[in-house]
Amino acid sequence: MIDLGLLAQVAPPSGGLGDPGPQPDLLDARQMQAMSFMFHIPLVCFGISFPAMVLFLEGLWLRTGDPVYKRLAKRWSKVMLIMFAVGVVTGTVLSFEFGLLWPNFTATFGEVFGLGFALEGFSFFIEAIFIAIYVYGWDRIRPRLHFLCGIPVVITGITGSLMVIGVNGWMNNPTGFDVHGGKVTNVRPWEALFNDYLAHELVHMYVAGYLVAGFIVAGVYARAWLKGRRDRYHRVGLVVSLTIACLAAPVQLVVGDWAARTVADRQPVKLAAFEGLANTEKGAEFTIGGIYEDGALEYGISIPKLLSVLADHDPNGVVKGLNTVPKEDQPPVNPVHLSFQVMVFIGTGLAALAALYLLTWWRKRRLPQSKWFYRGVVAAGPLALVALIAGWVTTEVGRQPWVVYDVMRTSQAVTAADGLEIGYVFLAVLYASLAVAVFWLLRRLSRQPAEAD
Amino acid sequence: MAEVCLGLMIAGLTAYGLLAGADFGAGFWDLTAGGARRGGRVRGMVKRSMGPVWEANHVWLIFVLVIFWTAFPVAFGSAMSTLYVPLFGAMVGIVLRGAAFALRGQAATMGEARGLGAVFALSSVLTPFFMGAALGGVAAGEVPVGNAQGDPWSSWTSPISLLVGVLAVATGAYLSAVFLAGDSERAGLPDLVAAFRARALGAAVVTGLLAAAGLAVVSSDAPDLFDGLTSGGGLVCVIVSGVAGAATLALLWTGRFFLARFGGALAVAGVTVGWVFAQSPYLLPGELTLDQAAAGDATLTATLVSVALGLVVLLPSLWLLYSLVLRGRLDQAYEPLDQRFRP
Ligand code: HDD
Ligand code: HEM
Ligand code: HEM
Repeated sequence: MIDLGLLAQVAPPSGGLGDPGPQPDLLDARQMQAMSFMFHIPLVCFGISFPAMVLFLEGLWLRTGDPVYKRLAKRWSKVMLIMFAVGVVTGTVLSFEFGLLWPNFTATFGEVFGLGFALEGFSFFIEAIFIAIYVYGWDRIRPRLHFLCGIPVVITGITGSLMVIGVNGWMNNPTGFDVHGGKVTNVRPWEALFNDYLAHELVHMYVAGYLVAGFIVAGVYARAWLKGRRDRYHRVGLVVSLTIACLAAPVQLVVGDWAARTVADRQPVKLAAFEGLANTEKGAEFTIGGIYEDGALEYGISIPKLLSVLADHDPNGVVKGLNTVPKEDQPPVNPVHLSFQVMVFIGTGLAALAALYLLTWWRKRRLPQSKWFYRGVVAAGPLALVALIAGWVTTEVGRQPWVVYDVMRTSQAVTAADGLEIGYVFLAVLYASLAVAVFWLLRRLSRQPAEAD
Repeated sequence: MAEVCLGLMIAGLTAYGLLAGADFGAGFWDLTAGGARRGGRVRGMVKRSMGPVWEANHVWLIFVLVIFWTAFPVAFGSAMSTLYVPLFGAMVGIVLRGAAFALRGQAATMGEARGLGAVFALSSVLTPFFMGAALGGVAAGEVPVGNAQGDPWSSWTSPISLLVGVLAVATGAYLSAVFLAGDSERAGLPDLVAAFRARALGAAVVTGLLAAAGLAVVSSDAPDLFDGLTSGGGLVCVIVSGVAGAATLALLWTGRFFLARFGGALAVAGVTVGWVFAQSPYLLPGELTLDQAAAGDATLTATLVSVALGLVVLLPSLWLLYSLVLRGRLDQAYEPLDQRFRP
């Protein structure tokens, strides 16, 4: 019988299952995990924000009795159900991957971060129950009860995200446990869940959810608008989704700044990677673009002192460089630098588009008229999606080479099993065909005349 | 406290086996329903009764996985890393089944419906098989403590694993037929009631035979598991399961489908709870006892508190969903699946 004490002597904090040793397929495991998230996250945005939009429309219908609101709400709730079904299955893949790809991460720290997922499981459960009652209950249960059944779906979208983000925040800012002789001890699960990274990550992701879903839905109606379909049905669909997205966009800049300052404070090396800053500098410059090669950022356009202003609101503030940690502890700079800049660039662009829209409403009480504005809205959906993925690559690849920052390396967390590349290719083919099928279905659904449902 | 967490896991596993197991079983009947025209009626009922509940039923699996990795992290890591082949298969099956079912609802031509239906039905059979094989691997003591230390193939292709896999598929089909018979009765479709009743009786006999064969295989391949099943708590559960199975047969024969649901549920619960008794005190037989695998008290307490809080909200919601469903308030109008495509 294996004496668990024996495992404890193994290399520090991999006391769970012992060090997996060299894993040739580590990159495959990381890419597979990244791909799995990139298929889940766009659905998460719809899971977070779409129920609130549908409920808003149903509320308008209940108050005014205007059938256009109801037709839109019913159509959107059908899309919501399909998004939710695919969100469920892609989320399940993520849960499996905690055991299939990162058994030692879960075996060592499962008791520390697991509580977040236990609570998340309940919010998913209630979300699944009430979304079924809501979508299948249209015109079958009393209108008041039907509207009330929509509210838990909105609430669980928030609590579900809160718990999951709490876990990701903990990975970036590990607390609530101690490590003695390679074993995790003195576990404080509530403290681990409500860590200091939860706040900004949750708000930033939550606002991103409204941005992505809002602009994608608005893009569908903007394209119809460009094609001349401007009846009341399309106008209401456009105004509701676009207004919500445009209110969220400027907020995202403020929250992004808050996120950047938290990272500057807690994960200086990650911020250095954002900016490709090799050495610690006072009044560091902000470089747009550029490729990071052996210690220097080439070909970028640099604006003096701006990085110090961004990092701690002081033009002469000191910003730590990558050289504060040994080479093997530094994250891959180029993907992080590129994705951070893409996210910020798109974020600023979306905020500008939103400002134009809100000003036109405020000053002229009407929708903008120029075709270029609507082409901008059509582009805004996919761009918000790119910013979303870029945001997560910033957070996760920026955290490398650690899976639990400064505590456990990704290479210690990975499974010792082989043949991971087969799994990776298989899942890639599966997800690609799933994406095509869902896109084909949603495209056809949007073509059906609204009266059909 | 570790025992209570184990109890929660087994309760979740039983609920998953019953509810999602029946959904997988519905996929089995979809697969074996015959051609588009002949099978249209059965498939129409499968779609109608699964629609509102399959997602909620599925979440029990997430509940079990989450409690497993929170309360028994080392056992979770060891089991998932060793049994990664069947569990990857089950994962893919879950994705295909869920997506195909959602997409088939929107199919515009018979060809699309048939293609998506095949994906849905096939994955509905493979997923329970892979999960059963993985559970069988754990019960047969094929999972050592460590990072992927067990053999990736023989750990789930032993006679016990294969048998538990097939038993999982058969039990799902049996339960599904019982539920669908009840749904057909509520929808006032006598021909479907007869069709599902016959399927339920057939599946019940097959499941019973498989269970008996299973006991024989376990007695030769896993003697200590067999001793557990034939003494103390294990024996009681086996008897309860057998009696419940026989009672359900009688209820089916006399057409009392609503009661047959509970008989079937008791039969399945007898198996899962009996397995725990048979295997105690081990979580991974011969490798890791429950107390060794358990996380620290702080985590176990926090988990139990959060589960208690969660249940306070979850149980009334589940009651609301199933009462609406069983009173037919969420039922779409019934139509054979191929009706939409008929000229
Ligand atoms: C910030 C948001 C967020 C993030 C980062 C993640 N998820 Fe997620 N997840 C959701 C927010 C969400 C959601 C909004 O609650 C979903 C999306 C659509 C839905 O149905 O619920 C969801 C669905 C969902 C489901 C199915 C829920 C159900 O059956 O209803 C599971 C099992 C997971 N997720 C698991 C994970 C895991 C293991 C993650 C990371 C390791 C993860 N998700 C990242
Ligand atoms: C919110 C909960 C999340 C948790 C618990 C989580 C957990 C993990 C884990 C365990 C890994 C593998 C180990 C590692 O590479 O560090 C990983 C990697 C990764 N995740 Fe996350 N993640 C979360 C959210 C996301 C989301 C929403 C995305 C969206 C795209 C994402 C993108 C990635 C990427 C790109 C990697 C690969 C990074 C690399 O290995 O270079 N993560 N994450
Ligand atoms: C415009 C200014 C923006 C700034 C300064 C900014 C800044 C940041 C920073 C510093 C992080 C890393 C946080 C961490 O590692 O914990 C981050 C993450 C992220 N960003 Fe942004 N961001 C901006 C805009 C956007 C936009 C427009 C989107 C999406 C539409 C977005 C989506 C995300 C997501 C999803 C994450 C990962 C989740 C998280 O860590 O909260 N960001 N952002």
